[in-house]
Amino acid sequence: MIVVSFLVFSLMYMMPGDPIDMVVDRKVSQEKKAEIAHEMGYDQPFLTQYVNWVDDTIHGDFGTSTRYKTDVWGLMKERIPYSLQLCGWSLIVELIIALPLGLLCAMKKDSFFDRFTVNFSLFLTAVPGFWLGALFIIIFAVELGWLPISGYAGPEYFVLPIATCVLTGMGGTLRITKSEVLDVINEKYVTTAYAKGLPKRTVMIKHVLRNSLILVTTLVFMSIPWLISGAVIIEKVFGLPGMGNLLLNSITVQDMPVVQAVLLLIAILTVLCNLASDLIMGVLDPRIRLSMAGGDN
Amino acid sequence: MSEELLRLENLSIDYKVKEGYLSAVKDVNFSINKGEIFAVVGESGCGKSTVAHSIMNLLPGGNETITGKVIFKGRDLREVTEKEMEKIRGKEIGMIFQNPLDSLNPVYTVGSQVAEAIELDKVDKTEAWNRVVELFKDVKMPDAEERAKSFPHELSGGMRQRVMIAMMISRNPELLIADEPTTALDVTIEAQILAIIKALKEQFNTAVMLITHNFGLVAEVADKIGVMYAGEMVETGDVFEIFKNPVHPYTRLLMAALPRKTKNEGRLQTIEGNVPRITEKKPGCRFANRCPYATEKCKTEDPPMVMVGEDHMVRCHEIGKEEK
Ligand SMILES: Nc1ncnc2c1ncn2[C@@H]1O[C@H](COP(=O)(O)OP(=O)(O)OP(=O)(O)O)[C@@H](O)[C@H]1O
Ligand code: SF4
Ligand SMILES: [Mg+2]
Repeated sequence: MIVVSFLVFSLMYMMPGDPIDMVVDRKVSQEKKAEIAHEMGYDQPFLTQYVNWVDDTIHGDFGTSTRYKTDVWGLMKERIPYSLQLCGWSLIVELIIALPLGLLCAMKKDSFFDRFTVNFSLFLTAVPGFWLGALFIIIFAVELGWLPISGYAGPEYFVLPIATCVLTGMGGTLRITKSEVLDVINEKYVTTAYAKGLPKRTVMIKHVLRNSLILVTTLVFMSIPWLISGAVIIEKVFGLPGMGNLLLNSITVQDMPVVQAVLLLIAILTVLCNLASDLIMGVLDPRIRLSMAGGDN
Repeated sequence: MSEELLRLENLSIDYKVKEGYLSAVKDVNFSINKGEIFAVVGESGCGKSTVAHSIMNLLPGGNETITGKVIFKGRDLREVTEKEMEKIRGKEIGMIFQNPLDSLNPVYTVGSQVAEAIELDKVDKTEAWNRVVELFKDVKMPDAEERAKSFPHELSGGMRQRVMIAMMISRNPELLIADEPTTALDVTIEAQILAIIKALKEQFNTAVMLITHNFGLVAEVADKIGVMYAGEMVETGDVFEIFKNPVHPYTRLLMAALPRKTKNEGRLQTIEGNVPRITEKKPGCRFANRCPYATEKCKTEDPPMVMVGEDHMVRCHEIGKEEK
């Protein structure tokens, strides 16, 4: 996390163009500019700037946006719910669709259904999100007029962005599920489950899918940062007033404090997701639960 | 009095492998009556587990071809649909697997895994759990109530094997297939498990197909015995008859190699040479390369199944001639 913040800070520092130029008018004199820069701390050496920023951040002060001239935290607070909803719903819908599909593909391995689903989802993964998003806008919003084009004024504005997010992200989850299910199907305890007399459906859900989930959810949680990075672009495409949009706009105008804060938040989320995936693994797998509780094995 | 429960007729199983086809089981015939313990012995890799799994239609699926009949209570299980097979598994035929260590699902408690079987008979949850604890006591599980709430990784190999047995007898099957139920266990536990199997036979008239490497064990519990070699059943018959009068050269060698002392030493000792992997269909006795009595005919012609006594069958050229 520290590495991320430092890297971002350095990159922004080295970016061509002077952040002050973005703030003030061209006509303003050099002295005036220096004065403003001094006020904002941009005349200090690089390391001092970094240390100051870290110090402020730790104390909950993300600084002031150079573009909006307002508190960065205030800017983010308004936008977080949109991004959280987009990512959260996308994740849920993705799991609801990809898990059963993965299971079915594994059960009907090499059938037409399996090949079609896997290849189609692979194709969707390869398609850039903004392209698919634009296509959806053209078809469903412009041509058919079923759904709004962009912006946000109600839940229906979320439909297309979530669909785009899910479709482009689903392939990975689907393939992980399929390969994990294929692994578990060969386990001896699955044969035991059949030998007891359980019907195939029960075996598949209670034993095969349940055990595949240990690895699948872990991997899905670890892939959330990718989902977030995809969502950034999709927010931009659909003009959702979320964090992704804020981030991209701020980068273009070199609004350093905002960029820093947003990226920091994403870094924190990444770490949290990794942590959560460990916890979930513990919940799903009693062997790990035991060792996490510090018990013997 | 003794009613036939299971009969295999010319059961052959080929596995598709890299070299072509591996004939894992060929023309196996035997029958098990109600309440009878039938022991299948033979060296590792002779196809014992393959036969056992094929009865339950639980072979891995995909690379095997099965021919012949598996007649259970007058019905050919090879013709039965998967739905009907689901009703037979566990309820009418139970099976204990060779390796108790990974035969239980690591994410559920062992008790709930046994209860899952019992609940298939429309028994409610508390009732099922009580039965689980009962069964655990029956199989001499120490601390039955506590152990039922344990996960498989918290139990020893012997305890897991008890769980497997409890699970497979929980629905009172008429036939129990036990694939080397004691190989992974030490001698004292082996004796206990055998006692459980015997008690089962006496109490519920359960028939058992007992697969083992261990001749000592066979002498102790079995009624009938089938000796397998390289996928073929080379000799079947009554235990006393075969121990007294082994006819097939392979059985004789096995008996000769048997020091009749402790059970552990009773495990099959090695005989010169290796079990061949049969990957091409050519006639001849599969034991010919190791058989002291082998003749030219043995190498070129399949030996016939010869009846040498009541219920005593042997697959060999030479014996057939002598006895005539
Ligand atoms: N799925 C499979 N695919 C290909 N070959 C197999 C398969 N399963 C078993 N075999 C082969 O079939 C033969 C018989 O195997 P099987 O497991 O039935 O032997 P076994 O008598 O049970 O041996 P053991 O005493 O070691 O358990 C062996 O040569 C084995 O390598
Ligand atoms: S048929 Fe021939 S080779 Fe085979 S066991 Fe009999 S004597 Fe030996
Ligand atoms: Mg075996």
